[in-house]
Amino acid sequence: MAVGHPLDPYLRTDRLPTMWCPGCGLGVVLGTLLRAIDRRIREGRLRRENVAFVGGIGCSARMTLYPLFDSAHVIHGRAIPFALGVKIVKPKMKMIVVGGDGDIAAIGGNHILHALRRNADLLVVMANNMIYGMTGGQLAPTTPRGLYTTTTPYGNPEREINMVRLAAALGANYVARGSTTHPQLLEQLFYKALAKRGLAFVEVLSTCPEIFGRHIDFRSPVDLYLELRKRIVVKAKPSVEESDYNWEKGFVIGEFVDKDEPGYIEVYLDYLSKALEKQPS
Amino acid sequence: MRYEYVTGNIAVAEASMTAGLKFYAGYPITPSSDIFEYLARELPKRGGHVVQFEDEIASINAAIGASWTCAKSMTATSGPGFSLMLEALSLAVITETPLVVVYVMRTGPSTGVPTRSGQYDVLQATYGFHGGLVIPVLAPSTPQEAYDLTIRAFNVSEELRTPAILLSDAVVAHTYGKVAIRERGEVEVVDRAKPSVPPESYRPYDPLDGIAPPMACFGEGYNVLVESLTHDEKGYYAPRTDAQRRLMWRLYRKVVESAERLFDYSAAYLDDCEFALVSYGPTALSARVAAKLLREEGYRACLVKLRTLFPLYEKGVRELLRGVGKVFVVENNVGLYFRELRGVLRDKEVISVPLIDLDVPPPQEIAGVVKEWL
Repeated sequence: MAVGHPLDPYLRTDRLPTMWCPGCGLGVVLGTLLRAIDRRIREGRLRRENVAFVGGIGCSARMTLYPLFDSAHVIHGRAIPFALGVKIVKPKMKMIVVGGDGDIAAIGGNHILHALRRNADLLVVMANNMIYGMTGGQLAPTTPRGLYTTTTPYGNPEREINMVRLAAALGANYVARGSTTHPQLLEQLFYKALAKRGLAFVEVLSTCPEIFGRHIDFRSPVDLYLELRKRIVVKAKPSVEESDYNWEKGFVIGEFVDKDEPGYIEVYLDYLSKALEKQPS
Repeated sequence: MRYEYVTGNIAVAEASMTAGLKFYAGYPITPSSDIFEYLARELPKRGGHVVQFEDEIASINAAIGASWTCAKSMTATSGPGFSLMLEALSLAVITETPLVVVYVMRTGPSTGVPTRSGQYDVLQATYGFHGGLVIPVLAPSTPQEAYDLTIRAFNVSEELRTPAILLSDAVVAHTYGKVAIRERGEVEVVDRAKPSVPPESYRPYDPLDGIAPPMACFGEGYNVLVESLTHDEKGYYAPRTDAQRRLMWRLYRKVVESAERLFDYSAAYLDDCEFALVSYGPTALSARVAAKLLREEGYRACLVKLRTLFPLYEKGVRELLRGVGKVFVVENNVGLYFRELRGVLRDKEVISVPLIDLDVPPPQEIAGVVKEWL
C-alpha cells in the first residue's frame, strides 16, 4: 500500500502531481500554508468547511486547484473582490486569497489597495517570484532593477514595488514577508496570519528556476535556491522602515505589522445594524 | 400588490428585492446610480447587502463571489462600466454563476452624452464578452416592463445558471410610470437547484437530467470548485477537444434552447398588416405611434415590440411575421439589431431604420423614413 502524505486529507490527491516545474517554490508555499491550516483546525480555531481558497491567474493562483476546500480559480487580478463578495455574505468563512506578484501587485493593484484600506478580513498570500512565470518570463512590478526579463532584455530600468510598505501604509492588521528558503518561519507566519481579524498580508519570496533563474544565470533549482537564501535577511521584529526589498542589499523577512484593529466585516456589520435601527440620513 | 408612480430605475430596484436580491455591488455611473442609491437605503432593511466597490471590475467580481454563497446577486452599470465588466461576465458564463446585470444604456461611444439615451450597446450586451456564447438579454420600454423583466431576469438566471442582462436605457431609467409592485408570493420566483447528493458524489458541473447543474455553495462542506479553465463535470481542468466541445455546446444550448419559453413580445395592428415596424425599448413606443400615423394615412402598418432580444426565438419571429411583406427594424443606433433580424427573416425584405436621437426618435421621423421605402 502506498504511504500517504500527512497533508493528503487536505488535498485533491487525484489531481497530483501539481503542474509546477521541478524546483518551483510554490509547493513549499502550499505545504506550509496547509500545515498552518491543519494546526488551526486541530486547535478548533478553524472549521474546515469554512476555509476557502481564491486565486486569480498565474502559477501561484493555481494553488486553488489542489486543496480539498471550497475553491475558486477566477480571472486575472480579481481574486480579492470575489473573496470579499463571499466574506460579506458569509462572515464565518476564512477566505484565503493566493496569487502571484503579477496577480496581486500589478493587474490586481486597485483591489489590494482598497482591501488594505478597508482592513478587509482576508488572508492574502502573495507568492513573489519576481517574474511573470506562466507567460514565459516578462517584467513584473517586483522584478529587481537591472535584472533581465523577456520584455526588458537590456535590464529592467524600473523601480520595484515594496508590497510590505504598501500594506503597512494602508493599515493592514498583519503584514509579514517570508521566503520559501525558510519554511519553518513561513509556516509560523501563516499560522499567525490565520488567526487575525482584518487583512493579513503575507508576501512569500519564492524561486522560479525555469523562468526567472534562466535569465539571470541560475538555471539549476538548487543554485537559484541558494542564491535567494544568500540574499535573505531574517529579522525578529523588523520595522516597516527596515523592510528592504533589494537584490543587492537583500530582502528582509519577518513580521512587520501585528495590530488588532477591527476588520472591515465588524465595521460593516455595525453599519448594517443601523439600517435596522433608524432611518438613513 | 400596490401601485406606485416611479421611474424605471426604481422599478428595477423594487423588482430585484421581490425577486430575492441579497447582494448588490456597484460603482456609480450615470444613468444607473439611482438603482444603487435606492437599494443602499432599502435592501439592508430586508437583510441584504449593498456595497460600493473601487470600480466596476471589483463590483461584478464581488457579485459573482456572493452568488457562490447562493445569495442572489446583481450589479447595475452603463456602457463604460459594462465594458470593464466583460471579462468577469465571461467568468460567470463558464462557471455558470447566476447573476443579473442591469445595463442602463446611454449615448456613446466612450463618454458620449452620459445623461442621454441610445441603443448602441444592444449587441455588446450579449456578444461583448469573450468566448462566443449567448446570454439572455431582456429589454423593457416602460417602468412596468422594467419591473416585470427584472424579476424574469432573476428567474432565468437562477434556472439556467447564467448571467442575464436587463437592457434598459436612460429614457426608461428616468421616465415615471405607474408600476404594480408585488410582494413575494404574488409573483413566480425561481431559486437555483441545490444538490441532492452528499459531497462525496457531487459533481459541480454535471447537469444530471436538468437544464443546469445543481449548485452547491461556499461554506456547505461540498468543497466547491469555481473553475475558469475549461473543465469536466468534476470541475477539473480538461484541455481536450472533447471536453471543450461538451462544455461549449452545453453552455450554448441551455440558453438558446430556452428561446421559445423566453420569447416575449407585444404587437399592434397585426391582423391586416402589410409591413411591420419591429422595435424594442422606448423606441418601440415611438414606433407604435408611427404605425398609427401610417395607418391614418391609409397604410396597413403594424408594430411588433420585442422584449426578449436574446436568445431570439427565430421560429417564433418568422411565424409572427409570416403574412407581412416588408419588415422595418427601428432602433436608436446605426442599425444593429437589424442584423439579427435580417439573418432570421431571410425570405423577407428587412429594412433598417436607424434613427440616432439623444432621447427617443420622434414618430413623425420614423413614419417619414418608412414611407420613403413604400
